[in-house]
Amino acid sequence: MNLFSIVEEIEKIDPEFNDRISPRRDAIKNITSFGSKVAIAAVPFALGNLFKKAYGQTASASVISVLNFALTLEILEATFYNDGMAASGLVTDTSYITQIQSDENKHVAFLTSAISAAGGTPVTASDFVYLDYTGGAGSMAGPFTGVFTNYQTFLAVAETFEDTGVRAYKGQAPNLLGNQTYLTAALDIHAVEARHASAIRYLRTTKYGATVLPWITSTASASVDTSGAASNDTGVAAVNANYGGATPENTTVQGGVNILNLPSATGSTTTFAAASAAFDEPLTMAEVLAILVPAFTKPKS
Amino acid sequence: MKTETDLTNVNVNMARRSFLRYAGAGVAGIGLLSAVSSCHKDHNVVPTAGVTDVGSGDIGVLNFAYALEQLEAAFYLQVVATPYTSIPSIELSYLTDIRDHEVCHREFFKAALGTSAIQGLTPDFSKIDFTSRTAVLAAAKAFEDLGVTAYDGIAYNIQNAAYLSIAGSIVSVEARHAALIGNLITQGNFVSSDQVDTNGLNISNKPSAVLAGANVYLKTKVSANSFS
Repeated sequence: MNLFSIVEEIEKIDPEFNDRISPRRDAIKNITSFGSKVAIAAVPFALGNLFKKAYGQTASASVISVLNFALTLEILEATFYNDGMAASGLVTDTSYITQIQSDENKHVAFLTSAISAAGGTPVTASDFVYLDYTGGAGSMAGPFTGVFTNYQTFLAVAETFEDTGVRAYKGQAPNLLGNQTYLTAALDIHAVEARHASAIRYLRTTKYGATVLPWITSTASASVDTSGAASNDTGVAAVNANYGGATPENTTVQGGVNILNLPSATGSTTTFAAASAAFDEPLTMAEVLAILVPAFTKPKS
Repeated sequence: MKTETDLTNVNVNMARRSFLRYAGAGVAGIGLLSAVSSCHKDHNVVPTAGVTDVGSGDIGVLNFAYALEQLEAAFYLQVVATPYTSIPSIELSYLTDIRDHEVCHREFFKAALGTSAIQGLTPDFSKIDFTSRTAVLAAAKAFEDLGVTAYDGIAYNIQNAAYLSIAGSIVSVEARHAALIGNLITQGNFVSSDQVDTNGLNISNKPSAVLAGANVYLKTKVSANSFS
């Protein structure tokens, strides 16, 4: 193993390694002087400094902002499940809900420590004026009144939270482009949120007579379904916006490819149901915040 | 759809790699590390006979995904064509939906890649007993879990934000599939303990590890040498 290979191996794992070390021209200068001044016995020490310099840096403000946005969502979700499990006699399917509750609380802890480690200030529950899961903007009497006394309402809100969480993480992925540490972590959480969404949907349909599939199966719409009316398959019109947006869930053109025109297992074209369900679409940060604020929460200013 | 890798980015990356090579040679040239035995790896990806390599850059990532979607689609096409013994209608319906999604994914990548696409792969499902519910669902879980770890693991290599978005759009649907299959195997087992870490994050896998798993079910072996 030589230095060349070491740097190359790190670069494979972390494409930004070279940028982390220092700007490119400085890196040339530094490595030249490094090579000319450091004796072989000092190499491990010098390499240690090189690594520390690469990884000890604080994350950029934009990365911290993405992480705090994610943490805000996770606090909302974790508190929702904590309150639900604390509500006497509410939750019947404890194996489902405790799994999700546990995951969401782990996400809160993980993001909190990740933001601190990256040099940022993590948001906390005390940063919000209220958390109102009825969607009542603090009145506790919104469209989901009874969310902690009526289990079906609780599950419907849970389903929407999970679907929205998936869309929110997806929307932030491009802001973490090329960032092995944070993009991978965000996508790993994103996948767990999608597992939750699938499970809540499955539970509602197989046990409680809802008709949702584990995947969001939208109906066609003549134009971009910004309002979400056609994209929302939950049957709860109050959450249309959670399924709409600039790239709504019923989108069937992906990267310029019209999925409807592609061959399927049974013919030369693809059904709308399959084409819309096979891809989950993102929500932007602004779209997510417009859904959550002020209906469900309001940050202290 | 634009299928060429962004040439600007390629040039930047090439410059960066060339620089590292240059700097490394310089260091070695002054004898700093001359006493250290070299395990320097060959940079040039040498194709292995009979193995299909996905290539490099964003095209490589897309071809990697295309390979996996080909495998998944082929599996569910078989599952639906020869359903396991006494399959409940709801399960056949779910598996048919998943088949249709995987075919969408496969056809999407094929269309998006155009002439840059790797060949159609020949699966080998001889190890799977398609008459057995247990065997089919176990294989389905393995494929879905593998797909999720594959997309999550390779995503940071993607240079084009639009491609990253699409990969994200697909991976959450794979995770939805994985959770459903988990629930069909054991109610409430939608986040299997072997698929998450202690922080509640889905695990991810390097392309090489993913392909080691996928190649078990492929007659046409696939490699992703440029992604290690």
